[in-house]
Amino acid sequence: MSWKNAFNSSVGKKIQMSLTGLFLILFLLVHCYVNAMIFYNDGGEKFTEAAHFMGTNIVIRITEIGLFAFLILHIVQGLRLWMQNRKRRNTRYAVSAGNATSKWYSRSMGILGTLILLFLILHIQAFWAPNRFSQTTGNGELDLYGMMRDAFQNIVVVVIYIFGCISLAWHLVHGFFSAFQTLGLAMNKYKGIIKSVGVAFSIIIPLIFALMPLAFYLHWIQ
Amino acid sequence: MEHYNMNLTLKVWKQKNTNEKGRFETYHVKDISSEMSFLEMFDVLNEQLIAEGKEPVAFDHDCREGICGMCSMVINGRAHGKWEQTTTCQLHMRAFKDGETIVVEPWRASAFPVIKDLVVDRQSFDRIIQAGGYVSVNTGNAVDANAIPIEKHMADEAFASAACIGCGACVAACPNASAMLFLSAKVSHLAMLPQGSPERKERVMNMVNQMDKEGFGSCTNIGACEAECPKGISIENIARLNREYLGAMFDGGSKNAI
Repeated sequence: MSWKNAFNSSVGKKIQMSLTGLFLILFLLVHCYVNAMIFYNDGGEKFTEAAHFMGTNIVIRITEIGLFAFLILHIVQGLRLWMQNRKRRNTRYAVSAGNATSKWYSRSMGILGTLILLFLILHIQAFWAPNRFSQTTGNGELDLYGMMRDAFQNIVVVVIYIFGCISLAWHLVHGFFSAFQTLGLAMNKYKGIIKSVGVAFSIIIPLIFALMPLAFYLHWIQ
Repeated sequence: MEHYNMNLTLKVWKQKNTNEKGRFETYHVKDISSEMSFLEMFDVLNEQLIAEGKEPVAFDHDCREGICGMCSMVINGRAHGKWEQTTTCQLHMRAFKDGETIVVEPWRASAFPVIKDLVVDRQSFDRIIQAGGYVSVNTGNAVDANAIPIEKHMADEAFASAACIGCGACVAACPNASAMLFLSAKVSHLAMLPQGSPERKERVMNMVNQMDKEGFGSCTNIGACEAECPKGISIENIARLNREYLGAMFDGGSKNAI
């Protein structure tokens, strides 16, 4: 039993999806906490302070490399699972059981994940990439608060962000519980609480994220 | 329950052999009693086809008591039909209305090639079981039932997992055509008992590897298997299987695994 086998076996793949997924869930929590500082409505003072810490602290920066590594692993294995699993049934059913036996979002993790990936490319390109580029080329950190305020005056951008948050929410409804199920923890008395916490997390975090562009667009915060 | 007769239109999958392409054939059956089982309705259809000089529909069946795991039909998109925790042979015609059209398909999965019509080759399941190896059960004189103490609730859970009849409805229902529910039930029922414990690490590794080799899909925790299982096997077994696999993966005990 080699590590390569563990990496490629069906259970090995889902353990990777689960562990990287849990790490990404933790990231969402931190990202949401830091960005929610815009709601102090203090002209971005507290937010900029937090963003400065996140952008310059050595521990955070090293963790960031890990974050990208895990994100890429999650995407690669997710897409592999999606493609391989599609090939396991060559003749499709004439009548589908549809929602009678399973939830649509559980069957659509590949599509939901791809939507989030497309959103992520736009999102990273708009904020993270220019900021890090400016930092590494010696021009210092950018005014992220000002960039957000400007970007979210455009209704198209706001709609894309809200759509991204909705995709994330449905992805999480399945993903949160599934991560614990895969690690063998979603059993007996824990099953119910993991399901409930997962649904609450899937609603609250994407909702806070979605409120950010909306708050700028509607001038709730200046 | 009120008895009634019905006339039905059946769209049944006909396929000559593994290599040939299949298609749907439409049949009409008359005066089907609501008290018949689904397979008895197929017997009526086949008698009718034989009388007409046509080829009957091939389908798997054996005990017709819901315990052997041979019957295997996807009825209107549902493995073993829409009744919960019921095999096709225990599905009764009172589940249908007069004049209804019923679509009947075989289990569809690359690891279950169609042999003929509704009969599929499920020997991949046998090979997964074989990959699990043996359990040490003493033969000879009957051993005292309480010679090995087993906690009551563990015995009950192991029994619930052992209820799996290996029919393959989980594979048929899974959008990924994964055999994980079957595999997890088999791994669970042995892992939870002291008789199965000595070889548990090699067993889980070898059985998962064999499942992947047979061309089943990967489990993504969708849960359709649990909804369709005629024996009510819970996906908690899959959680347990994952835990067994994780334990074996990080432990030297799995070095004997193939």
